[in-house]
Amino acid sequence: MKPWYARNAAKAALFALALGAAPLALPNEYYINILILGAINALIALGLNLLLGYAGQISLGHAAFFGLSAYATAYATARMGLPIPVGMGLGVSLSALVAWLIGMPTLRLRGHYLAMATLGFGIIVHIVMNETVEITGGPSGFVGIPRLALFGYAFDSDRAYYYLTAAVLALAALFSLNLIDSRLGRALRAIHTSERAAQTAGVDIAGYKLFVFVLSAAFAGVAGVLYAHFLSFVAPSSFGFHFSVQLVVIVVLGGMASVWGAMAGAFFLTALPEALRGFEEVDILIYGAILVACVMYMPMGMAGAASGAWRRIGRWRRGRAGQGEGGHAG
Amino acid sequence: MFAAAAQYLVSGLTVGATYGLTGLGFTMIFNTTGIINFAQGEFVMLGGMMSVFLRMWFGLDLFSAIALAVLATALVGAAMERLTIRPIQGGSPINLVIVTIGVSILIRGAAMLLWGKDTFSLPPFGKTAPMAFLGAAVQPQSLWALAITLALLSALKLFFTTSIHGKAMLACACNRKAASLMGISVARMSLFSFALSAFTGAVGGAILAPITMTSYDVGMMLGLKGFAACILGGLGNPFGAAVGGLLIGIMESFGAGYVSSAYKDAFAFVVLLLLLFVRPSGLFGKAGAERV
Repeated sequence: MKPWYARNAAKAALFALALGAAPLALPNEYYINILILGAINALIALGLNLLLGYAGQISLGHAAFFGLSAYATAYATARMGLPIPVGMGLGVSLSALVAWLIGMPTLRLRGHYLAMATLGFGIIVHIVMNETVEITGGPSGFVGIPRLALFGYAFDSDRAYYYLTAAVLALAALFSLNLIDSRLGRALRAIHTSERAAQTAGVDIAGYKLFVFVLSAAFAGVAGVLYAHFLSFVAPSSFGFHFSVQLVVIVVLGGMASVWGAMAGAFFLTALPEALRGFEEVDILIYGAILVACVMYMPMGMAGAASGAWRRIGRWRRGRAGQGEGGHAG
Repeated sequence: MFAAAAQYLVSGLTVGATYGLTGLGFTMIFNTTGIINFAQGEFVMLGGMMSVFLRMWFGLDLFSAIALAVLATALVGAAMERLTIRPIQGGSPINLVIVTIGVSILIRGAAMLLWGKDTFSLPPFGKTAPMAFLGAAVQPQSLWALAITLALLSALKLFFTTSIHGKAMLACACNRKAASLMGISVARMSLFSFALSAFTGAVGGAILAPITMTSYDVGMMLGLKGFAACILGGLGNPFGAAVGGLLIGIMESFGAGYVSSAYKDAFAFVVLLLLLFVRPSGLFGKAGAERV
């Protein structure tokens, strides 16, 4: 067994404990609701972080994968009457399949062209969701998606649903940590640093890019089915360009190429609009200003700022210790 | 049949003119700074909305209102560069892009607070009686839009080829380090490019406002179409972006006319994706232009 398996398992276990303890500190169901949505966004951010933070490939259309799986499970369970696990499986598979199909031609593009292509794909999917009214219910949304029940247990309370999403998130974090430490993770970072050098070293660039693209779409797909069976209502407005952009902002603000940063960014940006509710009309202005200020003053994201602060504290403590010893010697 | 096609062509060109001007704005900023400015669409919105409100608030005549609105938008562009881009110049490209997204949220939010969520319209610039062209009814405003776009394009072409500032901006586009070694202030060119592309975008917004309505939130879609226009033309090529914008306008208009108006916005993106699969650097882009 590789040594990092145990280390990553320990980290993920601690994270799971923290997630499990979080509701105890919160007074009511409203906060649990925000936590659930935060965990769902964190799940997408984990996948997008593998693509953007590690492999260095941008996607401005990730909301589409989130939405496709949400609608797929909604249609399968509410209209076709299939069991919920089947619907969820179908949803995640659909996201992964579409990512595979769209990824093959798209991932050959680079930089801003890739941004444009994924953005265009996201917009097309969003428009289709709005216009295919017989399937999706159109702009007014899809109602009557059953609340989740698995193996005879109905996740009726928000608290139960939170523990489910938290468990999924902790597993996804463990998976991501292990993936990054594996041979594949090294290949992704090599692609990010220099595609040419990676290719020279024998890394199958196209294959790895496509794999991580499909994987990140599958993460978004898992988030999508959890979202659909939580709210029991989905509408296209949740899956538009705005949300795709927000996902990229989450990853960048959290700190590129950091599993913890991506998740911290997700919880922060999910909670921020709620915290700004009190400012009524100017909330959007404050939101924009905070966004700009965060990126300007934390260029390495929240993860970068945290590790910078940690280093400074360490240096300060060493400095004090050094002074103390000096005092003794004198 | 033929008349309908002519009608679609004219309306496509009219809207395409604004897309082209938006795309041109993207290209100017990209060339001097390497940034994709996601607030570009908000400049277009400001051009239209400020014209509307300068008329309403101060009773200005149409042309002075538009001129003031366009200049004010150029100032907004310059302020944006000074306050948010200059302090972090040299930062990673994705951070700069996120900052422009944040600024676009700010501008859109401010516009909503100031002017509300209603839609507004400007009166046409000249006569209102439609003219006949190959069996199609052409609004004189369409001709105004095209004429102003052409005039602006020629002025910019002249600016880039003859004036010292224009040449300095082109030099930045070729190689920023070499340009700064030759004594060009890259920082000032960056400021200049933001002001100039805000100006161009605002003109696009003002000429479009009498044809389609305008409101605080039109910027996002216009910005995306403008981005699509400059990718279609090949990123970095200003006149490619203008042509790309006209093509997107035409595709949309024909798609809406012959296929389905519900999928109007999707049409241009489908064609763009297919094109990128065949030509990964756009119509007029150089292959391998990507900086390593």
